[in-house]
Amino acid sequence: MSTAAAAHDDHHHHAPTGLKRWLFSTNHKDIGTLYLWFSFIMFLVGGLLAMVIRTELLEPGMQFVDPEFFNQMTTVHGLAMVFGAVMPGFVGFANWMIPLMIGAPDMALPRMNNWSFWILPFAFLILLSSVFMSAFGAGHPSAPNFGWTFYAPLSTEYGPASTDLFILSVHMMGISSIMGAINVIVTVFNLRAPGMTLMKMPLFVWTWLITAFLLIAVMPVLAGAVTMMLTDRHFGTSFFSAAGGGDPVLFQHVFWFFGHPEVYIMILPAFGIVSSIIPTFARKQLFGYASMVYATASIALLSFVVWAHHMFTVGMPLAGTLFFMYMTMLISVPTGVKVFNWVATMWRGSMTFELPMKWAIAFVILFTCGGLSGLMLAITPVDFQYHDTYFVVAHFHYVLVTGAVFSMFAAAYYWLPKWSGVMPNKLLGELHFWSSLLSVNLLFFPMHFVGLAGMPRRYADYALQFADYNFWISIGGFWFGLSQLFFLAVCLLCAMKKGEKAAARPWDGAEGLEWEVPSPAPFHTFETPPVVK
Amino acid sequence: MATEKYYVPESSPWPLAASVGLFMTAVGGAHFIQQSTAPDKFEGSWGMPLFFFGLATLWLVIAIWWRDTIKESVGGLHSKQLGISYRQGMLWFIFSEVMFFGAFFGALFYTRWLIVPWLGGAGSNAMTHELLWPNFQAMWPLIKTPDGTTTQAMGAWGLPAINTAILLTSSVTLTIAHHALLEGKRGRLIGFQAATVLLGAIFLGLQAWEYHHAYVEMGLTLHAGIYGSLFFLLTGFHGAHVTIGTIFLFVTLLRVIKGHFDAENNFAWEAGAWYWHFVDVVWLFLFVVVYWL
Repeated sequence: MSTAAAAHDDHHHHAPTGLKRWLFSTNHKDIGTLYLWFSFIMFLVGGLLAMVIRTELLEPGMQFVDPEFFNQMTTVHGLAMVFGAVMPGFVGFANWMIPLMIGAPDMALPRMNNWSFWILPFAFLILLSSVFMSAFGAGHPSAPNFGWTFYAPLSTEYGPASTDLFILSVHMMGISSIMGAINVIVTVFNLRAPGMTLMKMPLFVWTWLITAFLLIAVMPVLAGAVTMMLTDRHFGTSFFSAAGGGDPVLFQHVFWFFGHPEVYIMILPAFGIVSSIIPTFARKQLFGYASMVYATASIALLSFVVWAHHMFTVGMPLAGTLFFMYMTMLISVPTGVKVFNWVATMWRGSMTFELPMKWAIAFVILFTCGGLSGLMLAITPVDFQYHDTYFVVAHFHYVLVTGAVFSMFAAAYYWLPKWSGVMPNKLLGELHFWSSLLSVNLLFFPMHFVGLAGMPRRYADYALQFADYNFWISIGGFWFGLSQLFFLAVCLLCAMKKGEKAAARPWDGAEGLEWEVPSPAPFHTFETPPVVK
Repeated sequence: MATEKYYVPESSPWPLAASVGLFMTAVGGAHFIQQSTAPDKFEGSWGMPLFFFGLATLWLVIAIWWRDTIKESVGGLHSKQLGISYRQGMLWFIFSEVMFFGAFFGALFYTRWLIVPWLGGAGSNAMTHELLWPNFQAMWPLIKTPDGTTTQAMGAWGLPAINTAILLTSSVTLTIAHHALLEGKRGRLIGFQAATVLLGAIFLGLQAWEYHHAYVEMGLTLHAGIYGSLFFLLTGFHGAHVTIGTIFLFVTLLRVIKGHFDAENNFAWEAGAWYWHFVDVVWLFLFVVVYWL
């Protein structure tokens, strides 16, 4: 590298071109774009796996896939969506927007940023290759088939050979996430423009700062969990085997110590996005900015002491069960603060309903539904009834699809003008929104009913009385899946710069540094820091 | 700092190359483990070469990457702000390491305070005990597992105590070296840093000896139930970190000899020192809860 010599001249003024631009990038915008496309592709891949699940469940009885393959579909669908679609998606938004929002020239550690990204495609190549080999009958007979939570002993004693590849790919995803999170924290702490005090930061930056803290705290614990799996599988250790003095339930504790903060990792940035969008289209300041910050921090701290609510049925001592139940219910307080603040922001605002706002309002309503079913699940005796039924599936799809994913759609429509310089196509956008909104509820709402009636999750077949609901759930699923093609079209049109040209501030109520730079945002922004009053 | 121009590094092929190295390490590693621990089930032996080739690629690429970075730093390109970013990044990295060890310490406490007593019938688990392993006796260290595997516990006051003294001494020598760095006393810096590296190496040697003793004479192995599992994973990951720390300090020692670092510009040196102190603190916890109590 001739960096030492080259960097003395006025470097950076020409954008690199061709393949090198993307492969060797140190530019937060390009890396953000890579993350976002990767996330969208994984969303489609995970969606296809879900289509297989819904095809099999369209009718009772076994029609299309064998149960063994069905288990692989539920497992890899979950893993692809959580680790491939939602997490990298939010990292993409963080990459694009955090430097623009705090007046920084880039992320603090740009090369590490690129490394965080490029680990991901390889990690998923490892994970998904086992699905293809399984589907086409080559190599490993089975992809991971133990559910996305990979409980021991399903994943240890009974895990297929591909489990070891899965373990290593989880390690890679963890390395990627930790480096990405370190980058976000350091950027926020060290690269804010003069005058951008912590309590002036946009909430998206705040929520990501706290998310990054959670990532650094829990991804290593996940690494510990899969490491114990690996040594139990191959080196004779007894972590998850009671015969050797260990305990399969230990796996669940370690996993959910990671897993519960993980679900907030997937929702806190969504809170930040919605908190940016609602004030813009209500044309009012965000109601209760400081309380939003404190609520986010409280949710994050509480997330470390609620993990065992995922495992009420394993037979914990009563004191433990009660502790985790009350702590879980406590989370509804800061979450309630947020929901009320969003509603209060809209109250008597001059509201308009452009696409980002539509998604944001849908988020507030539907995420609240998911939150309320979560509150039901938090009640231990009631959870005994709901545990491992479709009620749980309904709950976490409401918070993750109509929560996290809807917020990402909102964010994409909100910031696409800034990224691409053109407005997203309105007609396609409207079709995408309404089609998704109707289908997603057809897809997930009836799951509450079949769940309450006792239909267990992760089975390839079901009792006859669930047939009608499942038919409509599947129809909703295919419809929702196909609706995303509208979004693909919207994104491709923007990428090809086809559409109405966007102003620097395309939304008239929008505030923040990102709207001070032209649309599309130039390759380098804020090379000298702006001054924030 | 407010008016200083930001430093954004040039684009670089190394992150992608390192990812390829990591990819080969992971795929090779998974197959290496399978092919060497269950050769009857997993044919072939390509896992091992791929693993080592991947690992070598990864380390080589990282070495070149950091060489570029060092060149830029020595060439005076790095801003003060970048130095702060590096320092903060290193601290958060160490925090992630703390959490990694936390998973294993958590497993230790959960096993010791809950699982083992429960298997012995504590709390509401009288029937579990009665029906599963009625002859099992709860104890810690668990030298007889429910399925009857026996082993011996590693005492605290032999080798482990000596190793504790060695690591504590190494922290002192490193701190003396740090003061020497800040005061610009090169001779003392090199001497005490070399002593630290040497102490690290001695620690690792003694640790290897202890493992040998455990495996050959005590029957304390990875297969010896949960006590052996926790013992080897906790001390093993610690040992791996001491190895990395020793290499880290050795590299910065070479850089000191080359004339890098001064009282102002010394991120890599201090990062190595922080890492070493972190490893030291982990050991103190290990000594207390794994060996002693």
